[in-house]
Amino acid sequence: MISDHSVVYYLTMIFGMVVVTFGIRFVLYARADKIQMPEWVEQMLKFVPVAVLTAIIMPMILLPNQADSIVMNWQNPWLIGSLAAFSVGLLSRSSLLTIAVGLVIFFLSKWFFGS
Amino acid sequence: MNQVSNKTDKNTELAPKQAFWFGVMVCIPMIIGGIPFGLIFGTLATSYGLEPWVPMLMSLLVFAGSSQFVVLGLLMAGATLPVIIFTTFIVNLRHLLYAADLVKYIRHLSLPWRLVLGFGLIDEVYAATRPHYDSGKLSLSTGHYAYFGSFLSYYIVWNVSTALGIAAGEFIPELSNWGLEFAMVATFIGIIAPYLNNFAYWSVFVVSGVSAIVLVNLPNNLGMLSAALLGLLAGIISSKLSNITNSENTIKNHIAKDSDGGAL
Repeated sequence: MISDHSVVYYLTMIFGMVVVTFGIRFVLYARADKIQMPEWVEQMLKFVPVAVLTAIIMPMILLPNQADSIVMNWQNPWLIGSLAAFSVGLLSRSSLLTIAVGLVIFFLSKWFFGS
Repeated sequence: MNQVSNKTDKNTELAPKQAFWFGVMVCIPMIIGGIPFGLIFGTLATSYGLEPWVPMLMSLLVFAGSSQFVVLGLLMAGATLPVIIFTTFIVNLRHLLYAADLVKYIRHLSLPWRLVLGFGLIDEVYAATRPHYDSGKLSLSTGHYAYFGSFLSYYIVWNVSTALGIAAGEFIPELSNWGLEFAMVATFIGIIAPYLNNFAYWSVFVVSGVSAIVLVNLPNNLGMLSAALLGLLAGIISSKLSNITNSENTIKNHIAKDSDGGAL
């Protein structure tokens, strides 16, 4: 259990979280009209979707449910579903089809292996 | 990239209302994936002994799923306020990359617009809308309505599911085993895959993916952030490399054409 803190304590905590989180998200937007990214930064930023989204999902796929070591076998529905989605994504270049096939294969293999 | 968006002509441009609903629509799979996170967050917070208003206010005002979970853990561990706030900062630092990438699409907007869109800049909203600026579906004139639609729909569902988790979490059995979170993974894959059409994007993908696994034990999501930065670095280096190869090829082609007597 979390030890008892006062209302003021929690309000201060949430206020602090809001300041840093909103600060990060808004700092560049605040003076957006003045900000001109150097060419090399723009070059790099176009890789942001792939770089960040890959970094977010890879541990979810290979270390499902906070596993301690990589689970790379057919009994890992996260891996099977992702491989299916990825293949469809590369071949079709269609996001919708990718999501649909990935979900179907994921739930099928989850049900099949009963995990 | 600009060539793609310049191709967008008046006929294919979405009206504000259409753009809003387009934003809602492209966010749906991620909203589904977010529901279990919200439910679990609400359930966990109350089961740890927090008063219901604390997790609720976090979802309403902070609106940053992963850092909200991390803070629960820190509270359990008895961390001090500065540690909690600094950790939140580190965990959410990746949003700065999103902002840097999107700033070119929102710079013409009024301050209230930028305040709202800044507040709503989460992984899912970025992932849902950003690729459609590249595809030409969204443009400077109405893209922000789609961005707003993604944010608003996700925001509502995130808060409703937090509230449900707080109120009724104990009645939802083994929610974490359902695997609804896979909807988010599948969506992210659907976003990543179409980008993988050249050497540079592939190197970003491989470097970022491998580093995310290798660095997974770094505290406070730092592994994820470092992996993303390494991926960006790989992208820059490999696009430089392939530029060199390309320009060599172009030169060779020009020389070949010249010797055929063709004009440049």
